[in-house]
Amino acid sequence: MTAVLETRSLHKSFGAVVAARDVSIEARRGERLGLIGNNGAGKTTFVNIVSGYIKPDRGEVLLDGADITGLSPRLVSRQGVSRSFQIPQLFATLTPEENLLIALGLARPGGLSSWRAARAQALLDELEPLLSRFGLAPYRHHVIAALPGGVRKLLDIAMAMTGRPKLLLLDEPTSGVAAAEKFPLMDVIMAALEDTAVAVLFIEHDMEIVGRYAERVLAFYDGRVIADGAPAAVLRNADVQRYVTGVNG
Amino acid sequence: MDFVATIAIDGLIDASWLFIVAVGLTLVFGVLNILNIAHGNLYAIGAYTAATGVGWYYTGSGPPMLGYLVLVAAALAVAVALGPLMERGLLRLFYERDEVLLVLVTYALFLILEDATKLIWGPNPYYAYEPYGLLGDISLFGLDYVAYDFLLVGLALLTGGLLWFGLNRTIIGKLVLAVIHDREMSRAMGINVTRVFVLVFTFGVFLAALGGAFTAPKISVQPGLSVTVILLSFAVVVIGGLGSVEGAALAALLVGLARSAAIHLMPSAELFIVYLVMAGVLAFRPEGLFQRTALRKI
Amino acid sequence: MNAIIALGAFLALALAGFLLPGWLVFLAVVGFAKGLVALGLILLMRGGLVSFGQGLFYCAGAYAAGLAMRYGAIGDAALLVASGAVVALVLALVIAPLLAGYRGIFFATLTLALSMIAYGILNKTYVLGGSDGINLRAPSFFGYQPPNSAMANYALFLFTSAIVAVIAALMRRHFDSMSGLLSLAMRDNEIRAEYLGASPRRVTVVNFLVAAGLGGAGGALAALALGHIDPEFAFWTTSGEFVFLAILAGHASIAAVFLASLLLELVRSFSSQYFPNSWQMALGIFLLLVILFLPQGLGSLLRRRRKPRELPIASRAEAPP
Repeated sequence: MTAVLETRSLHKSFGAVVAARDVSIEARRGERLGLIGNNGAGKTTFVNIVSGYIKPDRGEVLLDGADITGLSPRLVSRQGVSRSFQIPQLFATLTPEENLLIALGLARPGGLSSWRAARAQALLDELEPLLSRFGLAPYRHHVIAALPGGVRKLLDIAMAMTGRPKLLLLDEPTSGVAAAEKFPLMDVIMAALEDTAVAVLFIEHDMEIVGRYAERVLAFYDGRVIADGAPAAVLRNADVQRYVTGVNG
Repeated sequence: MDFVATIAIDGLIDASWLFIVAVGLTLVFGVLNILNIAHGNLYAIGAYTAATGVGWYYTGSGPPMLGYLVLVAAALAVAVALGPLMERGLLRLFYERDEVLLVLVTYALFLILEDATKLIWGPNPYYAYEPYGLLGDISLFGLDYVAYDFLLVGLALLTGGLLWFGLNRTIIGKLVLAVIHDREMSRAMGINVTRVFVLVFTFGVFLAALGGAFTAPKISVQPGLSVTVILLSFAVVVIGGLGSVEGAALAALLVGLARSAAIHLMPSAELFIVYLVMAGVLAFRPEGLFQRTALRKI
Repeated sequence: MNAIIALGAFLALALAGFLLPGWLVFLAVVGFAKGLVALGLILLMRGGLVSFGQGLFYCAGAYAAGLAMRYGAIGDAALLVASGAVVALVLALVIAPLLAGYRGIFFATLTLALSMIAYGILNKTYVLGGSDGINLRAPSFFGYQPPNSAMANYALFLFTSAIVAVIAALMRRHFDSMSGLLSLAMRDNEIRAEYLGASPRRVTVVNFLVAAGLGGAGGALAALALGHIDPEFAFWTTSGEFVFLAILAGHASIAAVFLASLLLELVRSFSSQYFPNSWQMALGIFLLLVILFLPQGLGSLLRRRRKPRELPIASRAEAPP
């Protein structure tokens, strides 16, 4: 089976800083991949390249075999790559329901219609399951600014999922969330993604989260992937311990 | 050669009063984030007040040269009377709201002051020509100029210099720069931002009125001045970069020269040459020639 | 549903126009014409852009109609309004590439500059009437030439009301549609919209073109009502009025736009009749009062630095992190 995501020798530098060095990885359909590494190690650059925000200096990004290298975020998302953001990027003056409707509308054919009502039945039919999967139903008409941080994260991810992507990139899904809320949040997210075939790459700093929710872990350092494997193995890796987790022995 | 000199000198003179007025507008925007459409009215009120003052002064027997002080006094009077009133009395009510709303408020003020001026001074023109001839004539490049016009140039240079000195070398100036740079941080560091606001706004009013007062001897002071002035100073401020003093200086020169060239070469273009220049600059540098933060470097 | 409301509104207006005095009907036509321009501006503002130069299209439409009438021997109102809209649209197509990349105050000042250039050019172009402008005769309506000025007034009113009803219904449909919602979203977070597959540039251009078309149509109607065109149509104060109308009406209710516009015409007319030397002041005071005391009209339109709306939040009211 072809990998849903394949990157070949991605290289990107910003002036003197090399943010991505010969990054070649694969992700399979439905896989749960954790990306770890210190700040500046290259995780976010990697995600930005894959999602089209940055063009790599060298290398390719293949989605299900198709070359999407260098395409704009808009086109990349239409190809089936969605991402969420470390600070949730929401439409602040609209309700969560409207946020999702827009995401749905854009993801379905004929989405930009000036004629079809925003609350058309077809869209509403898709809205309900989405709201309940992500636990957003109680908040559907609330003011975004008053939503708890975890709920905003969930909304951000729910919006990314409307496009039925093949690949979902989560940028630090539990950052900014209270420690006691992290596991419940990840439980909801993973449950919501369960019966979809989407491959999930999530950037995380919390090793407990990584250990519990990732099938496979990629460790970044200095723009390079220094370890790739099951969480237990990666976390025991000497280089990883030296450069990422700082755990001795 | 004479032709170029004429255009250049006329442009310089035009640029002088334009700078004095526009720099006030740009400072107010830089510090308070207000694009004051009523700025032109303040110029007009300065001109009318000066004309009235001059008219009164020269019926007496005081030394003629003191007439210039009357002009300055007029500008000061307008600033003190209207500055704090406008800022504290009305504008501050809208600080928490959208920028566009503030522009509309100043637009409403423009309408009100326009008629208020007409009601107070009437529709007929005022003249304040006495100070104009006091300094005699000067001959430059074989052309005759009234020396007063170069007083204007000197005043502009003085204003620019004092502003530079004031902003960079005095404590108050540093406070103002801090507020321009980051309002929230300034507040957090204990700067009395409210006081800075009133001060800067009043100073802006003073500059507008000063421009009007010192131009009054050259022109006939009549209704409609405010519209021309606001259009020109707005163009200067946008071309120069909102909030930039250097920008205002350069843009005033640019606009002054453009207008002068138009008047001498193609008079029918006078009305829109300025906007052509503005559109041209904005098309390539939408933030103007200098960005707001350039203010720190003078 | 919208269609029924629009038809009902049109019939109500037709009846009102028949019963009310001629001067009021005339003011309504001018008000509605300007309301169309303001509606276009609201469309732009929903997408996050404020134009201080809609007078450019208003003027373009007026001059297109006026010149077609004077030199093109076209007398039919529908043709004239259509030509006004088309000319404005073509003009917008030409300048859209220049403007589409800009936002905020830069977009606003660029549009202002363009409208003032038009004003300056028209003022000095004597072939087009110069600063005096051109007078227009009364138009005909699908072959019908009103025999007297009262009938002409009413006919123009009916014509204008019909246009307004149709446009209002279409706009309502758009506002309630996906693309209408998308404009609001893009105003909030353009980048997220892009990541979801939208094209901000395309939405901006489309909004800009429609606003221009409406501006041109409004300008043509105003020209026909006033029987006169002059460069003032492009002056910055005219553009400022459209912005004021858009703010006053807000983006929620379309009927409010036309109501506000009619109100403004009434205030202007009343003031200039009874306070001829201070009607500008009266207008300014009216503006200030509205801005100060009418938050519902101003409410949702200007959201950028607003405090969040107070809505009752049920149960788990956890404080945001």
